[in-house]
Amino acid sequence: MLAKMPPLRKELLRIAEMVPASARVLDVGCGSGELIEYLARTQNVDARGIELSQHGVNACVAKGLSVIQGDADTDLSEYPPSGFDFVILSQTIQATRQPKAVLEQLLRIGKRVIVSFPNFGFWKVRLKLALTGRMPRTGTLSHAWHETPNIHLCTIADFVALTREIDAKIERSLAVEEGGEIRELSEPGYWDNLTAEGAIFLLMRPHAAPGPT
Amino acid sequence: MGESYTFPADRPLALDSGEALAPLTIAWKTYGTLNAQKSNAFLLCHALTGDQYAAGVHPVTGKPGWWSSMVGPGLPIDTNRFFVICANVVGGCMGSSGPHDINPANGAQLGLSFPVITIRDMVRAQALLLDHLGIESLFCVAGGSMGGMQVLQWAASYPERVYSALPLATAARHSAQNIAFHEVGRQAIMADPEWNAGDYFAKGTNPSKGLAVARMAAHITYLSEAALHRKFGRNLQNREALSYRFDADFQVESYLRHQGLSFVDRFDANSYLYITRAMDYFDLAADYGGVLAQAFRNTKTRFCIASFTSDWLFPTTESKKIVHALNAAGANVSFVEFETDKGHDAFLLDVPEMFQTLRGFIDAAAQARGLGAGRV
Repeated sequence: MLAKMPPLRKELLRIAEMVPASARVLDVGCGSGELIEYLARTQNVDARGIELSQHGVNACVAKGLSVIQGDADTDLSEYPPSGFDFVILSQTIQATRQPKAVLEQLLRIGKRVIVSFPNFGFWKVRLKLALTGRMPRTGTLSHAWHETPNIHLCTIADFVALTREIDAKIERSLAVEEGGEIRELSEPGYWDNLTAEGAIFLLMRPHAAPGPT
Repeated sequence: MGESYTFPADRPLALDSGEALAPLTIAWKTYGTLNAQKSNAFLLCHALTGDQYAAGVHPVTGKPGWWSSMVGPGLPIDTNRFFVICANVVGGCMGSSGPHDINPANGAQLGLSFPVITIRDMVRAQALLLDHLGIESLFCVAGGSMGGMQVLQWAASYPERVYSALPLATAARHSAQNIAFHEVGRQAIMADPEWNAGDYFAKGTNPSKGLAVARMAAHITYLSEAALHRKFGRNLQNREALSYRFDADFQVESYLRHQGLSFVDRFDANSYLYITRAMDYFDLAADYGGVLAQAFRNTKTRFCIASFTSDWLFPTTESKKIVHALNAAGANVSFVEFETDKGHDAFLLDVPEMFQTLRGFIDAAAQARGLGAGRV
């Protein structure tokens, strides 16, 4: 997808842990294929990828991964419903033009959806904006406002509100802390929105059968 | 040299036209060794003017085979690992049944009484060859342009026999523009008085001028404006100034004339008519209610679709239509586009990124098939 943020190794590992062995997985915005390569090699997962950059796609295919060039905003509609056990959108939703429509498509084509994103409600972000009056630049949000691919940043609270709006069920939520530590949340609250640098959500579509696949 | 087999007359090739072709002769060439499990067979499908001599030195032209950069020991299609088979298409002129066949009734060439064949007929004939060779399933089917059409047809017609598929620089149907270019070529052949309604063998004539013009026109479509400019620009051929005559003043004219002349030495005019017709008729979705995804329903084949940025004959948009259909069918598909100014012919040329990427696809498929990890 649009230039991805440097993936956090621990975060990808945690995402991989959520995926059961031999599942069918689509990684939207798979970059250089780090996650799907890991899933295919260690968990015998039938892993596919979509990547916006043709250079990234060719590199993935040269590594033996099944990846196509495509755009999350326009190319998800061609996939059949429930074609994948898991669809993953790692550090990409904030770079899409229509995050809500993309999320709805993900919930259509995947039985479960994993989304991770940087939290714009993180206290350092808030403090930088409050104190300097300039668009905040942090370790994970490193671009200047006029050249950032991150055109739709949100906070954890914003994201939770969006899942309610589209009637998606939050199965799990995890806070990614500044040092990379990841902790499970029972329900994301005010304090988590302030202390987490990022978040990972496991979503299910409305009315889908509960329980592991 | 390659091998050839003529099937018994009671085993005809049933054609899409409704006719039956008998006796059917297929000429082919193999490279490498079939393993004990017969799991390493790799079928190559040649393009319009290709033939079974994909690798090594071509016995007629003395030049390297059409895919000698891809096929050979240690190359991406590694003949140390795979048993590579390439057959001359039905309708071709390098040993398989075609319009040059002799009618035993009168000793004359069949010419235009040879039936019109299709891409699916070519693939059916290849399937008969595999039956003859005792090969049930193919590790991979690969080819570019018309070869890519055959790859798609193989995956649609015999999904259980195709473990992986590699169609390059191709389309699921021939476009109006491409049919138009083919028609120019055919009309050039038919306008040559030596063509004699296809009966030139009996009349002792040869429509080589018409065939050369067809080749010249087609050859332009295989290149790109940028490549022509890079190679020739407006450079003059062996002269300092314009001749103010109709000699080949420009290098590009001289190049095209050479392409036309060398082509007629190795190709048959009637074969050119038949094979271009087969490409024109190709529309894979038409056999599946107009929905291309239906051609690949429930497929387990691993696909890698590849296109080239400067290919305007089979542009990337055509490859993307195939990818969309495969996605809709839930197929395992990769899609790569290579940046090059070499046009449609790029799939035959030295494009290092293509070698590297396709090697990755082939090696991963080989590993999944239990054929070992490949190069170390």
